[in-house]
Amino acid sequence: MTYTGLALFAIITVLLVELMVLKTGLLKKIEFYLAYAIVVFFQLLTNGYLTGREIVLYDSESIIGLRIAFAPFEDLMFGFALVVLTMTVWTKLQMVEENRFPISKE
Amino acid sequence: MFGEWSYMAMLGFVLIASWWLEFAFKLRVLRNPKRLFTTLVLVSPWFIAWDAYAISLGHWFFDRTQMTGIIGPMNIPLEEYLFFILIPIAAVLTLDGVTKVLPIVRSWLKRPARLVNK
Repeated sequence: MTYTGLALFAIITVLLVELMVLKTGLLKKIEFYLAYAIVVFFQLLTNGYLTGREIVLYDSESIIGLRIAFAPFEDLMFGFALVVLTMTVWTKLQMVEENRFPISKE
Repeated sequence: MFGEWSYMAMLGFVLIASWWLEFAFKLRVLRNPKRLFTTLVLVSPWFIAWDAYAISLGHWFFDRTQMTGIIGPMNIPLEEYLFFILIPIAAVLTLDGVTKVLPIVRSWLKRPARLVNK
C-alpha cells in the first residue's frame, strides 16, 4: 500500500477507536482543537526542518505529491493519527484513574 | 548545520519546547509516569510498526550523514524510536497545558467585558 493509503487507513482507524471504543468525547472539546492547532504549528516547523534539510526523504511513487512546508501532505495525516490516538488514550486513562480514586476536580 | 546530530537537534527542540509546560503550568504529565508510560505502550508500537513497514517498502528513507547512525530493531534508526516517545509526550503536554490555561484565559476575557457578555 502507498503512504497515502496507509495514512487514510490510520486516520479512519484512530477515529473509530475514539468514537466507538474509548468514547472520551475528546473530539467534542475545544481544548482538543486548540491543542491540535499548536501541535500542527510545531509539526510544520520541525517536520519542515527534517524534510527541507533532506534528513528524511520520500519515495515519490508512494505519495500524492502535495507538499506543505517541504513535507508531504501525508505527514500531516500521519501526525493527526498519532496525536489523536495519543490524546484519546491519555484522556481515557485519566477517566479510569478518576473513577478509581473519585476526587472531583471540576 | 548539526552534522550527524541534525535529526537529534530537532528532537532536542521538541523536548525543550514541550517539557517546560509541565513546570510552568504545574501539569501532571511527566510526574504521572505510570499513566504516561501506559499511553506510550498503547500508542507507539502501532506507529513504530508502520515506520518499520514504510522503511522496508522504501516509502521514506534517511540521510545517514545527518543521523547518529545507531540503528535499532527492524532497521529503524534510534532517532525514529525517540520520535515516537517524545512526540506523544509533547502532544499530551500540549493538551493538558491548554486544558489548564483555557479557564484562566476565559476568566481574563470575561472580566473587563461585562457589557459585551450576555
